[in-house]
Amino acid sequence: MSSATTLASRTGQRATPNNRGAKARERAAAWARRAPLLPALVFLIVVTQLPFVVTLVISFMNWNSLRPDETGFAGFDNYVQVLTNPDLRQAIITTVILTASVVLASLAIGLGLALLLDKKFIGRGLARTLLIAPFLIVPVAAALVWKHAILNPTYGLINGTLTWIWSLFGSNTPPQPDLLSQTPLLAVIISLVWQWTPFMMLILLAGLQSKPADVIEAAQMDGATPFQIFRYITLPHLRQYLELGGLLGAIYIVQNFDAVFTLTSGGLGTANLPYAIYQTFYFANEYGLASATGVVVVIGTIVVATFALRTVFSLFKKEAAR
Amino acid sequence: MTAPAQTTRTTNALPGIRKGKSRMDPTRNKTAAGVAAWLMALLFASPVLWMVLTSFHSENDAATNPPSVAANLTIDAYKEFFGASSGVSPWPPMINSAMASVISTILVLALAIPAAYALSIKPVKKWTDVLFFFLSTKMMPVVAAILPLFLFAKTAGVLDNIWFLILMYTSMNLPIAVWMMRSFLAEVPVEMLEAAQLDGAGLLLTLRKIIAPVATPGIAATALICFIFSWNELLMARVLTGVIAGTAPVFLTGFVSSQGLFLAKVCAAAVIISLPVLMAGFAAQDKLVQGLSLGAVK
Repeated sequence: MSSATTLASRTGQRATPNNRGAKARERAAAWARRAPLLPALVFLIVVTQLPFVVTLVISFMNWNSLRPDETGFAGFDNYVQVLTNPDLRQAIITTVILTASVVLASLAIGLGLALLLDKKFIGRGLARTLLIAPFLIVPVAAALVWKHAILNPTYGLINGTLTWIWSLFGSNTPPQPDLLSQTPLLAVIISLVWQWTPFMMLILLAGLQSKPADVIEAAQMDGATPFQIFRYITLPHLRQYLELGGLLGAIYIVQNFDAVFTLTSGGLGTANLPYAIYQTFYFANEYGLASATGVVVVIGTIVVATFALRTVFSLFKKEAAR
Repeated sequence: MTAPAQTTRTTNALPGIRKGKSRMDPTRNKTAAGVAAWLMALLFASPVLWMVLTSFHSENDAATNPPSVAANLTIDAYKEFFGASSGVSPWPPMINSAMASVISTILVLALAIPAAYALSIKPVKKWTDVLFFFLSTKMMPVVAAILPLFLFAKTAGVLDNIWFLILMYTSMNLPIAVWMMRSFLAEVPVEMLEAAQLDGAGLLLTLRKIIAPVATPGIAATALICFIFSWNELLMARVLTGVIAGTAPVFLTGFVSSQGLFLAKVCAAAVIISLPVLMAGFAAQDKLVQGLSLGAVK
């Protein structure tokens, strides 16, 4: 009734005398609008939300598929174990270190590259294409190449290059570091920074290219130095894009499985939460514990995702207002 | 800052003339930026270039220290990858990957385009809420849902079935596609839609004559992005498929542990399996960032 009256008042005198008919027609029209949306919505709820509800249920169960007779309600036991089991606690720490360092390093390098690519120079298009290439290698393939062709201590590209450089100076005792076994987490971080820097660069470049040219011109007229322009105009404008890149990067990198699986197979303290969960349910068959770990990951992600959604929303409103 | 403001203004008013300040010399700055950008581009591309070069070397030339950059080129590694001596063909996993990527992309578009229509051209009430619900599902880590999916697949007998993986990839890419398609459809001018309605054009005619011309490039870009994500995916494929429905990334995991001299073969495998993504990615270069930022950045 109330919606019909507001509609009538908004559209002036167009409401028909037959109020009930108008209301039914209005409802039919609303459903006709909703109809194209429903298949996608229903499909997504069934395939993504329902399984998570099941995960939530299993996380409170004592369930190891190798000991089916012991299956039962476990209360918070699994959660206690997630936080006390040294392996899983280590996985939480590894995930935080891995995510934070990859996001920060790739954001910083990506910002530098975006600023360089924002200027015109010879072959800019080709340079940009080369810079995007790391992102367009299948992640498993990239990790394999890093593992065998780049980081391998005896014939990898890094040590090979060191040998070559040292030989230029007449030395045959070049340093031959073995990152994969000496600092395995650093090896994973380096390969992921390489892979994710193009992503950050592209987002920041899009941000730079949307910056207000007239404001910068005015600042130049007033004699602002390039550093002042960067500090007081470019950087504040880029803030939203930096946040977006950081948050989306964090959401993707928290979930990383490919690099950890391929480069180190989770060994030597590189097992992050996704890899630990995979191990817990796929090999140890501890379904309850794996689910509880999954829920912990989701809780962590929700914190980041809330900020991410807010940033996306503010960019979205800006775009809508344009 | 010492120069009177008046003078600075007059000199700078003429574009391109900025004398007496070498620090701000635009041409020198530009050259320096160009050189730095090129050095960084080569540094970042070097693993890729090295991968391609190594894939055309013999196994003996691939495993030297220092690297044999100028060694003779050969396609032996590619022959090996295609099973010349082992007899193991990479085609079944690659065909599985192609099926999973192409069919899931078609399904994604079939679901996402009508949904995007209901979120932009004829928007439902509270359409922003719906749009953000789609995005929020993408933020949930796959690991948090993979166990129930695995158990369901096992019980229903669809483990190692490519069609189940196709459905999973459809749900994985649907939110991104809805976001991208919505922003493309929002570019259809409202005046043209109103004019068509006034002229009595039906839904099909409006779709064909007004919406399709604006949306087609967007559909292509969305399809390429969804294709890339499906082709790259490892975790779900690893858990939900095996010998029959295993995809190309699952096949690649067979190279994780060293097997003697196989460096050139690994590189050849990486090149071949990355080739579709490289082509799709360069074709959709301008839209790449839009897909990766879930439609937030254009």
